[in-house]
Amino acid sequence: MTETSTQKPIPVTVLTGYLGAGKTTLLNRILSENHGRKYAVIVNEFGEIGIDNDLIVESDEEIYEMNNGCVCCTVRGDLIRVVEGLMRRPGRFDAIIVETTGLADPVPVAQTFFMDDDVRAKTELDAVVALVDAKHLPLRLKDSREAEDQIAFADVVLLNKTDLVTAEELERIEATVRVINPSARIYRTQRSEIDLTKVLDQGAFNLEKALENDPHFLDQDEHDDHACGPDCDHDHHHHDHHDHGHDHHHHHDHGPSPIHDVTVQSISLRGGEMNPDRFFPWIQKITQTDGPNILRLKGIIAFAGDAERYVVQGVHMIIEGDHQRAWKDGEKRETRLVFIGRDLDREKLERTFRACEVQA
Amino acid sequence: MPTVAPLDLEGHVVGVAFLKDTPFFAEASGTIHHLDHGHKTIEAHDGLLSLDHDEASDSLLTGGEDGKVMRISADGSMSLVAEAPRKWISQVAAGPQGAVAYAYGKTTHVRLADGTTKDFPEERTVEGIAFAPKGLRIAVARYNGVSMHWVAIAGQPADLEWKGAHTGITFSPDGRFVVTTMQENALHGWKLDAKAGAEARHMRMTGYPAKVKSLSWSAKGKWLASSGAPAAIVWPFQGKDGPMGKAPLELGTRGNTIVTTVACHPAEDIVAIGYEDGMILAARFADSKEVLLRRPGKGAITAMAWSKNGRQLAFGSAAGDCGVVDLAG
Repeated sequence: MTETSTQKPIPVTVLTGYLGAGKTTLLNRILSENHGRKYAVIVNEFGEIGIDNDLIVESDEEIYEMNNGCVCCTVRGDLIRVVEGLMRRPGRFDAIIVETTGLADPVPVAQTFFMDDDVRAKTELDAVVALVDAKHLPLRLKDSREAEDQIAFADVVLLNKTDLVTAEELERIEATVRVINPSARIYRTQRSEIDLTKVLDQGAFNLEKALENDPHFLDQDEHDDHACGPDCDHDHHHHDHHDHGHDHHHHHDHGPSPIHDVTVQSISLRGGEMNPDRFFPWIQKITQTDGPNILRLKGIIAFAGDAERYVVQGVHMIIEGDHQRAWKDGEKRETRLVFIGRDLDREKLERTFRACEVQA
Repeated sequence: MPTVAPLDLEGHVVGVAFLKDTPFFAEASGTIHHLDHGHKTIEAHDGLLSLDHDEASDSLLTGGEDGKVMRISADGSMSLVAEAPRKWISQVAAGPQGAVAYAYGKTTHVRLADGTTKDFPEERTVEGIAFAPKGLRIAVARYNGVSMHWVAIAGQPADLEWKGAHTGITFSPDGRFVVTTMQENALHGWKLDAKAGAEARHMRMTGYPAKVKSLSWSAKGKWLASSGAPAAIVWPFQGKDGPMGKAPLELGTRGNTIVTTVACHPAEDIVAIGYEDGMILAARFADSKEVLLRRPGKGAITAMAWSKNGRQLAFGSAAGDCGVVDLAG
């Protein structure tokens, strides 16, 4: 192969969040902290980036619909062009950050890194980070679908401006975020102050790394989809002592959430070992037929007779899967999948998922 | 037997051209190298994005990440044509009568020889500009089609619509056809002398396994060669309906790599074919006969240009390994 094609892909971090949520503050932190890494930044407007960095590129958000009849197959044409330009001079930076506008749909941004062959060959989507203004989130959810989409689509959520709300409000806001997105990592911040290792180099779209360190994903059934209020008595982070095998068919998932103004739902599925001859056609069909309604999906699959864990992830109709690692001794061989989206038919998903299980 | 005089540069080569008889190599860094009694360099830009060879004045037009449009002459001197601070000049095109078109964002700017500049805004980003071979007219590739503007006459543009993202554009040398490259793996063409709305107006050229990034018209415009497949795909444009209903030639087919750049010979029906692995072949249209011009190198071929007499071929790659092939040996 040629020299250019064997270069390590450049990681790309996408920052989303409503106007005023703290994206620029976070960006300035990333650019000014002494971490020894150089970033190229793609922004919609130069705006208030206070750091002198000659690798800030302005770009008009431009959505391309693909001519394949699929309404959700959208990519960002401007990113294709700018990334191509940047990658012609790769020695100047170690990673790329894309800052989106407040109203941006994160889906075309992410899909660009899967659907465009040139972009995909040279870069790798690392994570989508959503900044949420704790004070104004309830208002945002009332007046826009974008705010909700940004949270639903994120791998990491910074619940920012926590100093502007009371402890009770904060609990409620975090619970709302958790309902919208049960698998994101949530951090509470003020002035976007965060240990950058929690934001950068997450490998959230990397099948080898994804899901491995995802505390919420691993224990969906315990609590994921009900909104935990401040009085909620279960422990978020130490539930491994439960026996997960107690009830495979019980799901907490709420349909449209009981929380006001939340229209995104998540459905977690948990089962035993799967028959690959049934599972693959099933997941293909689900993503083909329900793809437009699926924002994200992630899963760990236990295939009968397979010594390795199989992981899948998807965005709308795009789905990727691969073997991740060997099952560990004593590790429970079970299958877990979470769908985040709208208008998902839980009954159908559960029933058809169940039909892929190996019959005992 | 062809011989190769190598020139090893550091980075991605955006474009090459012969000005008079001197080969010029433009790097993405903004440095332009020329082999004029020794290796000389010009610092044209901080980041070079776009390049066109102005054949009328035998000079290069370049656009940069530094917001500058420069003109480079055969003697290596350069002059500033236009400047838009902090904008990426993603497109440049040389026109007749000294006109220069350049674009950043959603507007094409045409600077005339007398120094006046006309602006042609689009609703979407300008992704390609081509001057018509006759008359002072530009065609602009953009999302969902092409806008055609007369530069000197105010008025509504003529729109050529076709759904999808059009990423590059060229006129046939006789001016009868406009062809675009697309984000999907296809070309789209319009027959300009057909009645508007007529089915025959559209030409769909599909079946490529990869995006088409390089187009080249053969001598007299009888054929259009294209990249994006394991062979150079060469469409016949001799007939009045262009390539419709006809199969293209497939020249220089290889099994394990893809064509990244094509350059038709200035006089003969021969195309130079550059591949992802750095190999270059020349192939003749008449009998598909191939000649190896260069063995595989360090990077994909990104630019090729013939000298005016057709005896030399300059090439550049994504990894900076460049050179000049001398066919006479």
